[in-house]
Amino acid sequence: MSGFSMVEALNRALADELAEDDKVLVFGQDVAALGGVFRVTEGLHDRFGDRVFDTPLAESAIVGTAIGMAMYGYRPVVEMQFDGFSYPAFEQIVSHVAKMRNRSRGHISLPMVIRIPFGGGIGSVEHHSESPETYFAHTAGLTVVSPAAADDAYSLLRSSIRSDDPVVFLEPKSRYWHRHEGTLPVTTLNIGVAQVRRPGTTATLIGYGPTVEVCLAAAVAGSDEGWDLEVIDLRSLSPLDTSTLISSVEKTGRAIVVHEAGSFLGMGAEIASQLTEKAFYSLQAPVLRVTGFDIPYPSAQLEAYHLPGVDRVLDAVARSLSY
Amino acid sequence: MVDNPIETNSPGSGTRIDPGIVRCLPDQTRPTSRLLEHKLTSDELLHLYQRMVEIRRFDELAMSLQRQGQLGVWASCLGQEAAQIGSAYALADQDWVFPSYRETAVGLMRGITPGDLLHQYRGTWLGGYDPYKHRFAMNSIPIATHALHATGLAMAAKRAGDNLVSVAYIGDGATSEGDAHEAMNFAAVFAAPVVFFVQNNHWAISVPLSAQTASPTLADRAPALGFRGMMVDGNDVAAVHRVMSDALEHARGGHGPVLVEAITYRIESHTTADDHTRYRTAAEVEEWRERDPIARLEHHLDSLGMLTDDIRRSTREAADAKASAARIEILQLSAGDPTELFQHVYHGERPLLQEQREMLRAELRAWEEM
Ligand SMILES: Cc1ncc(C[n+]2csc(CCOP(=O)(O)OP(=O)(O)O)c2C)c(N)n1
Ligand SMILES: [Mg+2]
Repeated sequence: MSGFSMVEALNRALADELAEDDKVLVFGQDVAALGGVFRVTEGLHDRFGDRVFDTPLAESAIVGTAIGMAMYGYRPVVEMQFDGFSYPAFEQIVSHVAKMRNRSRGHISLPMVIRIPFGGGIGSVEHHSESPETYFAHTAGLTVVSPAAADDAYSLLRSSIRSDDPVVFLEPKSRYWHRHEGTLPVTTLNIGVAQVRRPGTTATLIGYGPTVEVCLAAAVAGSDEGWDLEVIDLRSLSPLDTSTLISSVEKTGRAIVVHEAGSFLGMGAEIASQLTEKAFYSLQAPVLRVTGFDIPYPSAQLEAYHLPGVDRVLDAVARSLSY
Repeated sequence: MVDNPIETNSPGSGTRIDPGIVRCLPDQTRPTSRLLEHKLTSDELLHLYQRMVEIRRFDELAMSLQRQGQLGVWASCLGQEAAQIGSAYALADQDWVFPSYRETAVGLMRGITPGDLLHQYRGTWLGGYDPYKHRFAMNSIPIATHALHATGLAMAAKRAGDNLVSVAYIGDGATSEGDAHEAMNFAAVFAAPVVFFVQNNHWAISVPLSAQTASPTLADRAPALGFRGMMVDGNDVAAVHRVMSDALEHARGGHGPVLVEAITYRIESHTTADDHTRYRTAAEVEEWRERDPIARLEHHLDSLGMLTDDIRRSTREAADAKASAARIEILQLSAGDPTELFQHVYHGERPLLQEQREMLRAELRAWEEM
C-alpha cells in the first residue's frame, strides 16, 4: 500500500519525537503491549522501552502525573483511550494543566500533550463518539488542535510535543485509516494557522477534524450546481486563525461552519460571532452552521441522521445564497 | 468443617476475611485444601447448571451475531458465568444491580429479555429495558463511575428505611479509578448497604492485574477503608453464591458495605474489537479453560450422580431453543423513528430541539419522495 494512514503518521510522529528528545514520554492505557486500541503507539514500547508504558486504569491519574513529570522537565504525551473517557481527567485538565503557567506567574510551563481520539461515524457504542472540543477550547490556557489529514497529523503532533504550552490533540477517529499519498517526515503549517484546502469564490465552508472531508465532498458536489466553494481546515481550534477566515469571507461573502458537536455554544457559534464582529460589511448572509443535533450522541444505527453530511452542507449553501 | 467467614468478624472491624479464597466445589485441576459448605439444594444446583449452560449458549450466539455484522460489538462474559450467575442468584428481588458492560448473565438473571438487553450492542438505542422494573440500572461503560450510583442508591434506601442492598459490579481494572475508591469510602463512612462485586478476570483489556495494583489482592482494599473484604473462587458457582449471600446479609443487616473479589478469567478477547493474542499467551488461556466454571459444576453434579444423559441433553436443547428465540428477538430490534432522537433529552420540549426535529422530519419526507 502506498502512502500512509493517519494512524501510521501519528505513530511515526511519536517515534521521531521519542528518538530525537529523550525527555519525551508516552503513556496511558493499553499503549505498550497492545500499541493502543487504535494502534497509534504500536511498536513504540519495543523500540523505546519504559519510556512508553501502560498505566493503571485512571485518567485523572494519567493527566495528573503527567503534570508532575512536565514540571520536572519531561515532555509527556498521554493518551485518553476515547473522547468520552477524558472526562475523569477534566479536573486535572481544567484546574491545573490549563492554569499552571498563569497561577505560577510564568514560572511553570507544562509542555505536555493530551491525545484524544474524538468524534463519531465509526458505529461505536456510547461514550466512544463524543465531540468535547468546546469544553477544552473554552478553557483559557489550553491549546486545542485537530488534524484532518494524515500528513498534517504527523506535523501537528510533532509541533504539539515541541510546544511549551499544553496541547489537547484531538484525533478524528473516522479519519484514522484514510491514506495519504506521499512520504514522511513532512512539515505542514504551524499551530494556530488555518489552511485553505480548496480555494473558491461562492461561499466558505469551514470544518476541522472529521468534517473537513465532508466540506471537500460538498465542494465537489456543489460544482455540479455551478458553485465554487472554498474549504478551510481550521487545524487549530484555540488559538483560532480568524484572519484566514476573515480574508476568505472578504472574498466569498458567505460562511458555513460544519462540525459534529452540537450547535449550541460550539465552534460555529464563536466563528459566527467573530465574523459578524470583524467582517460584518463583507457578509452577504448570516454565518450558518451545519452541526450535530443538540442531543446526546445517538446509537450506531441512528448516527447517520445526526452527523452533518454533504446534503445538509449543500442545503446550507443554498440557504446562504438565498439572502 | 464449616465456618462462616462473615461471623468470625464483628461488624465494622474492617478486616479481610480469611480463610483466603472461599471454595465449595472441588476443583478437578488442582488439590483443594479446604472446601466450605454451600447453601444450595440439589435442585438449585441443577437449576444453576441449566442457567449457566443457557447463558453460555447465549454468549456464543452474540459472538456469532457480531461476526455476521448483526451486532456492532460484543463483550463476552464467557468463563465468568459462575461469578455472575452465582452472585445474581443470591440477590433478593428488591436488591439493585449497577452493571458494567459485561454483566450479560446478571441482566438475563434479572429477567431482562435478550433483545432489551442488547439494544446498545445492536446499535438500535442506548437502552431499552425499564431499570426500575428489573432493578438493573443502565449499564455503565465509563469505568467505575456507576459504583458511586450504587452507593448513592443504597444511602437513599437506608434513609428511606427500605431493606435492600445495592450491588456494584466492577472489574479488576476498575478498582484503579478514583470513583471506585470514592464509592467504597462513601459506602463505608455512611454504612450503606452496598456490595462491591469485583470480578477479577485478570485483565483490563491488555493490562494484567499485576500492572494494575501492587497489592496482593483487591479484597485488601476494603479493610484499609474500614469495611469487609472477601475473596471467592469466581469459577465456583456454589462458593460465589455462598459468599454473596453472606455479603448481602451483612449489608442488609446494617453492618455496612462488603467487597467481594471473585477470582475468575476473561476467556475471550476484551471485546470483539480486541485481539488478546497480542498480549497474552495461549497457555495462560488454556490453563483457565481447564478451570471452566460449567465443567466444574458438571463434575460435581456427576459425582453426586445427578447428571444423567437425559438431563445433559434436555439442558442443551433448552439452551438451544432459548438461543433461537433470542436470535429472532435480537434481529427484530429496530431503532424506530429517528425523530425519537429528540425525545427524552429533557423532561419537556425545547425550541432548539423542536427546530432540529422539524428539519430532520423534512429531510426524511424528502428522502421518501425520492
Ligand atoms: C473511564 C474509562 N476509561 C477507559 C475506558 C476504556 N475501557 C473499557 S473497558 C476497559 C478495561 C476494563 O477492565 P476491567 O475493569 O478489569 O473490566 P473487564 O473489561 O475485564 O470486565 C477500558 C480501559 C472506559 N470504558 N472508561
Ligand atoms: Mg478485568
